[in-house]
Amino acid sequence: MSTDVTDTPAPAELDGDLGLRMYRTMLECRLFEQRTHELFLAGLVRGTTHLGIGQEAVAAGFATAMRDDDYTFCTYRGHNHTLARGVPMTPILLELVGKQGALMGGKGGSMHLTSVEHGAMGSYAIVGAHLPIAVGAAWSAQYRGSGQVAVCFFGDGTTNIGAFHEALNLAVIWKAPVVFVCENNQYMEYTPIGAVTAVERPAADRASAYGLEPLVVDGNDVEAVHQMAQLTIDRARRGDGPSLVEALTYRHGGHSRADPGTYRPEEEVKAWLARDPIPAQRAALLKGGVGEEDLALIEAEVKAAVAVAEKAAREAPDPDPATAMTQVWADGGAAWRS
Amino acid sequence: MAELTYRQAVARGIGQEMERDPNVVMLGEDIGAAGGVFKTTEGLLARFGPERVRDTPISEQAIIGAAMGAAMTGLRPVAELMFSDFFGVAWDMVANQIAKTRYMTDGQVSLPLVIRTANGGGLRFGAQHSQSIESWTMAIPGLKVVAPSTPADMVGLMAAAIRDPDPVIVCEHKALFADKADVPDGELVEELGRARVRRSGSDATVVALAAMVPRALAAADELARDGIEIEVIDLRSLVPLDMTTVLASVERTSHLFTVEENPRLCGWGAEVVSIAAEEAIYSLDGPVVRITTPHVPLAANPVLEDAQMPSAERIATTIRATLEASR
Repeated sequence: MSTDVTDTPAPAELDGDLGLRMYRTMLECRLFEQRTHELFLAGLVRGTTHLGIGQEAVAAGFATAMRDDDYTFCTYRGHNHTLARGVPMTPILLELVGKQGALMGGKGGSMHLTSVEHGAMGSYAIVGAHLPIAVGAAWSAQYRGSGQVAVCFFGDGTTNIGAFHEALNLAVIWKAPVVFVCENNQYMEYTPIGAVTAVERPAADRASAYGLEPLVVDGNDVEAVHQMAQLTIDRARRGDGPSLVEALTYRHGGHSRADPGTYRPEEEVKAWLARDPIPAQRAALLKGGVGEEDLALIEAEVKAAVAVAEKAAREAPDPDPATAMTQVWADGGAAWRS
Repeated sequence: MAELTYRQAVARGIGQEMERDPNVVMLGEDIGAAGGVFKTTEGLLARFGPERVRDTPISEQAIIGAAMGAAMTGLRPVAELMFSDFFGVAWDMVANQIAKTRYMTDGQVSLPLVIRTANGGGLRFGAQHSQSIESWTMAIPGLKVVAPSTPADMVGLMAAAIRDPDPVIVCEHKALFADKADVPDGELVEELGRARVRRSGSDATVVALAAMVPRALAAADELARDGIEIEVIDLRSLVPLDMTTVLASVERTSHLFTVEENPRLCGWGAEVVSIAAEEAIYSLDGPVVRITTPHVPLAANPVLEDAQMPSAERIATTIRATLEASR
């Protein structure tokens, strides 16, 4: 099956509003996660967190190319993707701190953020699981003729698990409207991806096995990501089937809150920090004629939103323990005897 | 009233629901053009077309994962796992994803899907194509589990499973596929979580499931010749579990046996007897005995497999001996 991208129309010019929107989205992700990390260290956020600091351009570039009713499927490193679909910060933070008003009633936690009304169809914590699930959602959209597209984000480590390969094959033979996006942040947990993968580009070098074109994008360049998103999402929406995109990016921190990431060479970290997508987009916007005061306004608004969420998180009461027994079944309960 | 085989009843139940609801779709290996390796889906491709009856590659994670993705976005998929042993290949999808997603999202995601699978032994297929996995699935909160024993129940329970708003595992017993019985005409829909008394008796309650039901009934015939009348309850559904019917019977008979095809440890009968111990201990006049396959893998050789699975003879002998010792 051929999936030539050269025959697709060039994406619309990126307008100033879009650039600002993507900047705001990235900043929301960044400031939210930074504060989350601080609250974790302060003992307010429990369990574990997997931060996507440094990878915001992938989330922002794709989310801004999606229709409101498109589906996002992402991993346990899913704060960015959930925020980027427009899910408010407060219920997310309440979920992380385990208080009333939480996005999923406190039952999911950091690794399972979901907001169906925003098209955020779940954060999946078992590597690879959501790729076939995204194919199923895309198949459903195809069957219903809804024109919806599923966008499925995953890490480089996922390319070595079976579900990745099963999902790609099924998506191609069914021509499912799904875009697979590998966020190659160079490490599968603690191990360099190159040390455990047979090919250099963990996703793109596998594309040909499924008749797909290898698509690689600079995942730290939000405008490049957005163009790639438009290209692949449009292709899926008009019935031309799935794409597999490899976005090259970098995790500024460790794998999870327990990991300081000290196994990474200092020079490598330095080089990637210098390519931080957020200052890069800020500089691009200024160069494009956006005023410093416009950016300062966005920055102030995002900071204020984080502060509002934090205040809510600090003040909200604990959940009612009785809610632990709800929503196992569609009748709202947990009964297993008739 | 028409005579149907248990295997034909599978297609009848699915077809009935596909006829009334365009959101019911099917996927699985060889289910379309081939009609299923057990011929349980014969005719459905011709009736409903390839958009609704989807042949898949040998990709169990993708089959069950795709069913989940379709269910959470408005369809009612019926996915086939060719052999229930293949749950081992797709267990993440079943146990981690499908079973838990409604709960973890606090009810945002509904998963009205069915996983149907050829389950059970007796066909000399060996240890990897003969297992009774119903106890695996019932151990996971969030999954409903049914195991019909007759053609009519297959139609009605399949329909109920497809209409149910939650994930349901339908265990189709391989050894019953050729069984024939009358099935009423018209729409049949059973209720999940209702056991059925297949034979009334006052001397002991015997709870069985799927292929163990006809064996328990054969044992009942044999015991009746000695004047022992056992009550045979076909549990039909493990989740929800109908202990009301079981406990009401135990109150009358004062003796309880289970007949389980699964290996001994943690079989469904362990839950049934533990509930009876908690809630009906003062009604019992003798030991509660679980008649199961021993805790070993099933063998391919007929002599060995027959020695492993509970036979009508072993069921009758065990019940007779237990009742005599309790006098």
